[in-house]
Amino acid sequence: MLQIKELVAEIDGKQILNGLNLTIGDGEVHAIMGPNGAGKSTLGNVLTGRDGYEVKSGEVLFNGKNLFDLEIEERAREGMFLAFQYPVEIPGVSNMEFLKASLDARRKHQGLEELSSFDFMKLARETSAKVSLDAAFLKRGVNEGFSGGEKKRNEILQMMLLEPQLCILDETDSGLDIDALQVVANGVNAMRDGKRSFIVVTHYQRLLDYIVPDHVHVLAGGKIVKSGDKELAKELEAKGYGWLEGEVA
Amino acid sequence: MSEQVESLIRKDYAAGFHSAIESDTLPPGLNEDVIRHISAQKEEPQWMLDWRLKAFEAWKQMVEPTWAHVHYPKIDFQSISYYSSPKSMKNRPKSLDEVDPELLETYKKLGIPLHEQEALAGVAVDAVFDSVSVVTTFREKLKDAGVIFCPISEAIREYPELVQKYLGSVVPQKDNFYAALNSAVFSDGSFVYIPKGVRCPMELSTYFRINELNTGQFERTLIVADEGSYVSYLEGCTAPMRDENQLHAAVVELVALDDARIKYSTVQNWYPGDKDGKGGIYNFVTKRGIAHTNARISWTQVETGSAVTWKYPSCILKGDNSVGEFYSVALTNNFQQADTGTKMIHLGKNTSSTIIAKGISAGRSNSSYRGLVRINPGAEGARNFTQCDSLLIGDRCGAHTFPYIENRNSSAVIEHEATTSKVSDDQMFLCQQRGLDAEKAVSMIVNGFCREVFKELPMEFAVEAGKLLEVSLEGSVG
Repeated sequence: MLQIKELVAEIDGKQILNGLNLTIGDGEVHAIMGPNGAGKSTLGNVLTGRDGYEVKSGEVLFNGKNLFDLEIEERAREGMFLAFQYPVEIPGVSNMEFLKASLDARRKHQGLEELSSFDFMKLARETSAKVSLDAAFLKRGVNEGFSGGEKKRNEILQMMLLEPQLCILDETDSGLDIDALQVVANGVNAMRDGKRSFIVVTHYQRLLDYIVPDHVHVLAGGKIVKSGDKELAKELEAKGYGWLEGEVA
Repeated sequence: MSEQVESLIRKDYAAGFHSAIESDTLPPGLNEDVIRHISAQKEEPQWMLDWRLKAFEAWKQMVEPTWAHVHYPKIDFQSISYYSSPKSMKNRPKSLDEVDPELLETYKKLGIPLHEQEALAGVAVDAVFDSVSVVTTFREKLKDAGVIFCPISEAIREYPELVQKYLGSVVPQKDNFYAALNSAVFSDGSFVYIPKGVRCPMELSTYFRINELNTGQFERTLIVADEGSYVSYLEGCTAPMRDENQLHAAVVELVALDDARIKYSTVQNWYPGDKDGKGGIYNFVTKRGIAHTNARISWTQVETGSAVTWKYPSCILKGDNSVGEFYSVALTNNFQQADTGTKMIHLGKNTSSTIIAKGISAGRSNSSYRGLVRINPGAEGARNFTQCDSLLIGDRCGAHTFPYIENRNSSAVIEHEATTSKVSDDQMFLCQQRGLDAEKAVSMIVNGFCREVFKELPMEFAVEAGKLLEVSLEGSVG
């Protein structure tokens, strides 16, 4: 699904990723953990093409295609999805309209017909129920006046609707209460189908009790410094990141 | 992102074609003979000619206003032609079958079919081409309801008592430089009268088209809603793409008698000039309504066209409990300049007004909101709510706000809110990360920003306005 080779990237002239390597197979869930400022969020932003992040060297293949040849929206339409840590508000644009436009763009790219308004409404209502978001939220402006938890649920709603191939969750668990955390985790688990892959960026092991990862990586100093299975996450929870200091080049 | 959004600033102007229609156009220049000629062409009674000449005398003593936040070369009023009529209109056609097919084709191309069976159901159209009204649809149906909807030139002949009573009653001849000019040379426009207690059975609309080169368009619209009546009226405007600037100086007067309601919507899409600021329409317009007891006047405008806009649709809230509303979206791109807003003059007791103004600036354009809220001493319990929001796209444009509040009654409640924001990188990224291209993203964000105003437009036109905004922003993201 995704091969990252020797990725070096910077923001405002400051190098954040220092030759990162990571390979994600179909259907796998990878958790990325690490101390603050390690480059965890940068990874998601670089992969999705956010402005301001500059790739200096390295290569990323997404389903065999050179990722950096694709525009932001092309990467999205190819099936790369970023669930934001801080979802932004778009006042006046109804959630419904936004979701429909997004889904239409994705489906068009896949050579599928746009859903009729009726079918779309039905799908949107069903999906919002799955993330415990009242259907009234569909009519409100995108994230407009949503609480932190509602915003995150809205991210998962978008993810479920768009059915991406690779989902990157950027600290989606931050600021969530236990109920919302479960909603997020259930959403992810429901979407695990053996083909779709996930990159779960998190600070805390807690989320990984609900979303059980196949692989856990520690990102520090802009590189993966240690990889393991879910036990590694528990070890990190107990010991912190200090003991890995030596591994940071 | 800003660079990206900035380069979204090319604009395709779909209405920019010129129709090859033979016309009788007066040579450029303005003097008494020109005014006499216009009046004679319209077969006007003496009182109308006298009224025009009085306005012309006043205009000669007046100077162009320079207080607006707009810059353009001085206009040579002697280089403009003040009357142009398609040749085929010499004898006004009795029915649509007699109208020059080229004219009908022009309106069809603009999306305004004039054959009633093709027309938007429920919308009657008066089509004004240069200086004359070409056709007014659904007149019979309206007549059955007692509604008069006809070219103002015809109203002057057919309903002189109504016209004489109300023409100039809201915008006097000497009101301002452009209103005086209009009063002297106005050529056509629409007249509407809704009788007592009648709810106008359909939307009325006038579609203004400038076609001829070097002509000015000076239309005059007068709408009188008698006691307890209701009317919703919409105007649209387009012009061909030309390198020369053209002048459009209109006057619109609304009279809402006791308990009447007038809803006046404008979708203004005059040619805005090219991406380098060459050409485009100077849109210098005076619009004002007077609301009597319990009456209500709503102005809704979507201004996307014109090189320079100078326009302040206003309400005089004369009667007790009268209501004035102003909802505006003004979008400027490239080198466009807009100085627009409203005046709410509270005279009656418990009068209330609402102002929602949204300005969007892109390219190197400048958009200004200029508004006056005046509460006179007698306006006990008056209240006003004003909200002006500006949205900037790119970093070479400007948004300006000039609110004036004059309160002379201590019981008044006046609220003013203002915001300025940019289309943020984060919003753009969210949209693009969900698969929308940059242009779609900007138009969606801008449409969202304008939502409060668009919902005030008649349904058929709200969709149009959204599309228009999309076209106007074309090229503002790369």
